[in-house]
Amino acid sequence: MYFGLSEEQVSLQETIKKYLEDQAPLEVIKEIAAGDELKTIEIHKGLLDLGISSLLVPEEFGGLELDLLFAAVVSTALGSGTAPVPFIGAYVMAPLALNLGGNRSQKEQWLPKIASGEVLMGIAISEFIGAREDSGINFKKGKVNGRALFAIDAKNSDALIVSNKAGQLFLVHTGSSGISQTELITVDKTRISTEILFKDVKAEILPESEKDLGIINKVIDAGRIMLAADSLGAAQVMLDKAIAYSLERKQFGRQIGSFQAVKHMCAEMVAELEPCNAMVWHASHCQENIPHEARLMACHTKAHISEVSREVSKTAIEVHGGMGFTDELGLHYWFKRIGLNRQLLGSPELVREEAAKIQNFDQASDDDNKGNDEVGNPLVV
Amino acid sequence: MDLNYGQEYEDFRNEVQSFIKTNEKVNLHGAKLRSPERVEWQKKLIDHGYFARSIPKQYGGFGGEVDIIKTRIIAEEFAKSPIPKPLGGQGIQMLVPTLLELGNEEQKQTYIKPTLHGEMIWCQGYSEPNSGSDLASLQTKGELDGEEWVINGQKIWTSTAKFAQMCFCLVRTEPEAPKHQGISFLLIPMDSSGIEIRPIMQMTLDADFNEVFFTDVRIPKENIVGERGEGWKVANSILGHERGSLADPNVTMTRLNALINLMKDETIDGQRIIDKDSFRDRLLKIQGRVLAQQSNSLRILSGQINKDQNTSMARLITKLQGTELRHELEALAIDAMGELGTLYENSPHLRDNGSWQMSYMYFLGLIIGGGTSQIQKNIISERGLGMPKEPKVQGN
Ligand SMILES: Cc1cc2nc3c(=O)[nH]c(=O)nc-3n(C[C@H](O)[C@H](O)[C@H](O)COP(=O)(O)OP(=O)(O)OC[C@H]3O[C@@H](n4cnc5c(N)ncnc54)[C@H](O)[C@@H]3O)c2cc1C
Repeated sequence: MYFGLSEEQVSLQETIKKYLEDQAPLEVIKEIAAGDELKTIEIHKGLLDLGISSLLVPEEFGGLELDLLFAAVVSTALGSGTAPVPFIGAYVMAPLALNLGGNRSQKEQWLPKIASGEVLMGIAISEFIGAREDSGINFKKGKVNGRALFAIDAKNSDALIVSNKAGQLFLVHTGSSGISQTELITVDKTRISTEILFKDVKAEILPESEKDLGIINKVIDAGRIMLAADSLGAAQVMLDKAIAYSLERKQFGRQIGSFQAVKHMCAEMVAELEPCNAMVWHASHCQENIPHEARLMACHTKAHISEVSREVSKTAIEVHGGMGFTDELGLHYWFKRIGLNRQLLGSPELVREEAAKIQNFDQASDDDNKGNDEVGNPLVV
Repeated sequence: MDLNYGQEYEDFRNEVQSFIKTNEKVNLHGAKLRSPERVEWQKKLIDHGYFARSIPKQYGGFGGEVDIIKTRIIAEEFAKSPIPKPLGGQGIQMLVPTLLELGNEEQKQTYIKPTLHGEMIWCQGYSEPNSGSDLASLQTKGELDGEEWVINGQKIWTSTAKFAQMCFCLVRTEPEAPKHQGISFLLIPMDSSGIEIRPIMQMTLDADFNEVFFTDVRIPKENIVGERGEGWKVANSILGHERGSLADPNVTMTRLNALINLMKDETIDGQRIIDKDSFRDRLLKIQGRVLAQQSNSLRILSGQINKDQNTSMARLITKLQGTELRHELEALAIDAMGELGTLYENSPHLRDNGSWQMSYMYFLGLIIGGGTSQIQKNIISERGLGMPKEPKVQGN
């Protein structure tokens, strides 16, 4: 029995962190936030060279065929570095959707190119989880119509994975006629969310997703664990920065880190955050190895870490006093990243609702033995 | 990552499960400490290796090899079942490990076996009226007079003192030495003359803890563990044992499942509590936290098996997190019952023998006992995060 990261996983995480520290330090993140797209492309390219696009792609399609825990450690590292690059949609959810839902020829067409970094595939499935305003996607006679909000990694993409409310997955070319995409401006300037309008856009179904409505949940669960991991990485950096600052800054003739109020804020942060590492590892491991716990762990990991990281992001800024509130110090990049992660693919409240459904808490019929064992029980509303 | 314990262990789990099944009727509710039923059950658990598993036979244990995974499996399976758990208490959890580590051969021979078998109950005489969090300032005095220690002073909050045959006690024996170096770890028979015990009523309406007064109490010179003045070191060698054992996530998980059932059973205006969004969301938040702690405990387990894995921070936070979470879990059960949640003792309409209010209060006691949450945060920030210690007040 070994519960923890392997040497390879640790070294992958370190490599990516190191790369981001060197190539995407805060000054660079600030330039990107101000609109420098060339820098984004450069960093994206560097990370592709480190293999981030090929982690989950099967070997027969040119990938590394690693398990989700590898993706989780990468996501944690990207969160630490507030990496301004596509990952969760393009290199985790998209290959999973294709691999689980696609037919042979779709896999052959797309997976190798995802692995090699030639193709960027966005994800537009927020409406399956919870449609805001009048958004939503319909599929009829090979055409997709409707509107998707908060598409992930869709900007500059070559193709998109889209879903309808029933949880079927479709593939469209982003360049097809009838598609228009608008950038949404969120607080988080390190990643771009978009709104996509579909008017009679030619689409192909991922055929397995029509038969097995559990597939979309697996894709979402993986995405949720990645978001949790990203927030974990971001929150850990904020905590580290708070401790470092508390040892530097002096007031009343002593380090502020020697004041118990400050020490206890830090102790509370680490006491909440430390178990989140184990939780992300555990949830990732369950996806492929312990199917009956997979859904519940994914939901709870997303919800719990969203809560913990929000609290850490607030407290870490408080420890910095007025400096923490400045743009210059830049703590807000991590703060805002955590803020966006929290809402994507379901806010903690929604995800906990789903965790309740998985366990059949919401049914007055007291049929207890169902929920938990039903793998990928589709959430058709 | 490899969460497989392997076939040997799955077989072992089956064996434990079938033992539990065979004995599921055993009920020690109301059986007093040291009663024949309890002692017999304890012996049965030891004979099967479900308790005191790795403690040598000569000291009354099962004499098996140290096997952390088996120990864990036993804990997991017992936590899931209502059958009586092995005896706990400060003698078993704190004194036995201390003697195994630092006791001399005679002490091991004399004390470990009756303690493990539930025939000898211990109390822990550390806290004093003026020395709680600042334990090392304790003043109970021990002076050597020929072949005997003469002890004078007072302890307080001493749990189970009334039932105990023995007390392991911190006593100041070297008044000239600096505060941490003047303390010795003494073993005091509770029937010695000069000991007076006054129970203190607790908020739970039990009187588990006590004041213990020592007036010219004489005990043999050899009733000391470690050397004179090493008591602080001896006591600290096992504080970790206590902290780890205060809020086992497996037990919390069992309790969570009981809470889920409670929320399915209780209704308001005919609607199940679990179907009410506000309550259900609180439940799910707590479930998420329990799962996080369970994952954390797997990591700690892994660190015990794989020596190169560093889990020091994961361990440092467990007392704080575990006791606080358990207290909140019990609080939700009370809220789910509303007015009914306030019922206690043997009231009509009482649920689950009043165990929710009882544990709600009991875990507040555990938040305070064994080093308060604030002291835990001091330890986490200083030892875990490397933050500065409090500046010393002059003359202290
Ligand atoms: C149910 C229960 C069972 C117990 N059983 C035993 C037993 O069997 N044997 C035994 O020896 N003792 C026992 N105790 C005593 C227990 O160890 C002490 O109560 C505990 O260590 C706190 O000491 P105190 O009560 O003197 O509180 P104090 O130390 O006076 O603390 C009061 C408050 O001040 C805070 N405080 C104190 N110092 C600091 C600091 N440096 N920084 C921040 N905050 C601080 C504390 O956190 C607390 O909130 C038991 C206690 C309880 C509640």
